[in-house]
Amino acid sequence: MLLLWSDIVVWLLVTSLLYFFWRLKQDTLLRERWLLVAQSRIAMASTIILLTFVLIALADSLHFRTNDPYRPVVSVLDMSLGNIATGQEKSYSAPFAVESLWQETRQTDDGHVIRSPVPLQYAGKQLNKPDELNRDLLQRSLIFISIGIILASLFVWMLSRLSVFSHAALPWKSAAITFIVLCGFLVWLWGMGQNYHVLGTGKVGEDVLYASLKGVRTGILIGGLTTLLTLPFAVVMGIVAGYFKGWVDDVVQYLYTTLNAVPGVLLIASAMLLAQLYLAQHADLFASEQERADVRLLLVCLVLGLTGWTGLARILRAESLKLREMEYVKAASAFGVSHARIIGRHLLPNLGHLVLISAVLDFSGLVLAEAVLSYVGIGVDPTMPSWGNMINLARQELNREPVVWWNLLGAFVGMFTLVLSANLLADRVQHVFNPRAQG
Amino acid sequence: MSQSLLQVNQLSISLAEGKKLVDAVSFSIAKGEIFALVGESGSGKSLTALSLMRLLPKNMQLSGEIRLDDTNLLALTEKQMRAIRGGHIGMIFQEPMTALNPLMRVGDQIAEVLQLQTDLRGKAQQQRVIALLEEVGIPDPSERMSWYPHQLSGGQKQRIMIAMALAGEPELLIADEPTTALDVTIQAQVLALLLSIQQKRGLSVLFITHDMGLVAQLAHRVGVMLKGKLLEVLPVDQFFKSALHPYTKRLIENALPVTEFRAPIAQNEIVLATENLRVRFAGRRKGWLFRKQPDTLAVDGLNLSIAKGETLALVGESGCGKTSLAQALLRLIPAQGRAVFLNQNLLTLTERQMRPLRKSLQVVFQDPYGAFNPRMTVGKIIREGMDSLSVGAPEARAARVLELLKLVGLDESHADRYPHEFSGGQRQRIGIARALAVEPNLIICDEPTSALDVTVRGQILDLLDTLQQKMGVSYLFITHDLSIVPRIAHRVAVMQAGKIVEMGSTEQVLMHPQQEYTKTLLASAPHHYLQAKVTQVV
Repeated sequence: MLLLWSDIVVWLLVTSLLYFFWRLKQDTLLRERWLLVAQSRIAMASTIILLTFVLIALADSLHFRTNDPYRPVVSVLDMSLGNIATGQEKSYSAPFAVESLWQETRQTDDGHVIRSPVPLQYAGKQLNKPDELNRDLLQRSLIFISIGIILASLFVWMLSRLSVFSHAALPWKSAAITFIVLCGFLVWLWGMGQNYHVLGTGKVGEDVLYASLKGVRTGILIGGLTTLLTLPFAVVMGIVAGYFKGWVDDVVQYLYTTLNAVPGVLLIASAMLLAQLYLAQHADLFASEQERADVRLLLVCLVLGLTGWTGLARILRAESLKLREMEYVKAASAFGVSHARIIGRHLLPNLGHLVLISAVLDFSGLVLAEAVLSYVGIGVDPTMPSWGNMINLARQELNREPVVWWNLLGAFVGMFTLVLSANLLADRVQHVFNPRAQG
Repeated sequence: MSQSLLQVNQLSISLAEGKKLVDAVSFSIAKGEIFALVGESGSGKSLTALSLMRLLPKNMQLSGEIRLDDTNLLALTEKQMRAIRGGHIGMIFQEPMTALNPLMRVGDQIAEVLQLQTDLRGKAQQQRVIALLEEVGIPDPSERMSWYPHQLSGGQKQRIMIAMALAGEPELLIADEPTTALDVTIQAQVLALLLSIQQKRGLSVLFITHDMGLVAQLAHRVGVMLKGKLLEVLPVDQFFKSALHPYTKRLIENALPVTEFRAPIAQNEIVLATENLRVRFAGRRKGWLFRKQPDTLAVDGLNLSIAKGETLALVGESGCGKTSLAQALLRLIPAQGRAVFLNQNLLTLTERQMRPLRKSLQVVFQDPYGAFNPRMTVGKIIREGMDSLSVGAPEARAARVLELLKLVGLDESHADRYPHEFSGGQRQRIGIARALAVEPNLIICDEPTSALDVTVRGQILDLLDTLQQKMGVSYLFITHDLSIVPRIAHRVAVMQAGKIVEMGSTEQVLMHPQQEYTKTLLASAPHHYLQAKVTQVV
């Protein structure tokens, strides 16, 4: 068992999220609001998709050391993926191909020297003749999809027997359908991945599907952790500025206007370059390459968080300025309630919806920001699987002939699904929690 | 009154879900007549008015018949209706602050109506705008037509609204609580203006109000609404003399000024005494180049005293410094001078020294909607003060909360509910319970009834009264509404521009005012019309 810093962070993130929802049980007002969120079919479906992403990230955050010199550290995800993780080819191959994309010069049995693609090492080994490929694909697809759907349906049926779906107002049907379709798709991916490279292979022969799956953890970590890092900054600065006014307000405002005046990318780039220099000079601090990449990932979050708090702080300051004039805050002062308690009991709960809305909205923005930074080359470590790195690779691959498009597709599909479902959920949350969006 | 201008037959408004908000209302308004529609908030008065303009929210359904002259308004197309709005029916809203576009010159806003409803263009249009402004009594109209709304006072904004409503030469004017947001003296001026314009132009007016004083002053006929139904329609004299419906009777009774005055409390220990109390708002310095603007004195050398078990009513118009005084006494804003409360000068205490005194000095606010944290249950709200100031044993506090709820006329089960589940009157009871929780000697009531309906207002005043007799608590009762003063106060202080201009027993101040300002204030209050109307009978 090996604990990476980012693993701890991922698990902390998820447990704090669980704790948050567990606490909802006590607050009837908030619970009603969240039930309203869940009443939308789209929100329900996106939640299930997001949960799947989180599960993948969690499975990818339990690391073990192995004796294999080529793969010294593996995660639970790696182990459960089987051939998808281990099926290393020599170089590029197209999705579902059984032959390589590159050509090799070799001698045939009758002495001719020819240049032709070679059969892949892992894909399509079970085929006797190459022309069986299409039939085999169809057969396996049908089998795996049906297995997925049947298993998921059984699971849903069991849950319904246990009367889990007691809330009549919630769109359980949509949830069940999403779940079953998703299961069918995932089992198909997994099953097909055992005998083929569903998304082809990359430059050094790595499975692109595998890389996209590994990118999930990076994306979620960057989105989630950075949001969480910015929140305390934004909340403290915003409320303090709005509540105390005077010189405190001046200081906070100077701080965030100055930060905002420096171009964001420039600030992040210089911070990252400094950090990179430090990591390069102190290579001995890290036992493995993975651990170094891991620290760099956390640094990206930190740097993104450093510049990301200003927007929310500004909103919270304005709202606190309004709330501090409310009569219930004055009544509390008249009772001699301390500033800290007024902030904690009277301001914070009434700012909660703003924090929540901006957190879910920021999440998807940050996933995209990582891609941009890695594309520019100042994001996560190049050895770290991430969608940004994949897109960065695709820059050259799209220029070669034949075009290698699957790296881009893998990153695109992963990012698109995550960001879209996060945005759809954020949209619903915003609709329910924003007092002005209603009616 | 000759022929009728407006005919409303069996008008019903219901929500899409089927809930009826206005139920089969029928009435008519004759030419040149002022028809008053009275009732409490939520009774459907304003919806009825909006439906005449066909301006109801989309989720409401309208049935029945509305005839203006001989046109059936409900049968018109939207385009034809636009000519009716402004052209035949003008409307004045309650809130002049929000009814005007803050980014548009007031002259342009009037000109916009002329552009739509008349053929006047260019110079002629401008002339008309000036004439209209003159008619509504805006001084120097050719200059002020290019002002923005924020440069005008509340009363002037309401005058602009009236000018806009008149611009399309309507036959019918709908006035929806047009003076509720204004001070009494301004209210009197605006009403006088409305009345003179109505007479000059022979307008019909649908006047919506909850103030019986205004009804007595203006209306020819009165319709009473309760829960969407029109209970009865009576000529104004009969309305006050021989109303049939018990609800109408109660409405009038509650609005009647009390004629018996409370005697000032004789020789009792003084709870609070202020000496030369001043609240200063520092002038802003606009950048280092400019000279600092002079400070404003919100409260300017105030002397008053309140005895144990006594209610002192502090009367004044908005901006006179009433609320600043309350906040200064609570040490929410800094002040100079002396304010001796239970033998200690409040103004020189540190927050730590102030804490024990906070138990004895509490406050009830005006706005029953902003006074409670929407995220706390009523039980927690009432408990907060006890927890913060450690009043009573911690175990006993939950029981005390329930006791307080019963004391203010609420149910024990209400402790677990949230503020939004209560009506305005109930919220005000919660506010009183919160203040009482720490067993104060003095409660500052900052306009506690001005956001409430007449009947609810009566209940809250009665509650305050009973509590005073039970517990001997003193009140500093801040209000702008003279009509409630005799019901609650032992003594009255009249405040103007940060100073007390007159102070004395309630009877003395209300019946024999010495100062000019007090006299104007009393003359502007509409309730004396009411008294006249009712005493006619006797």
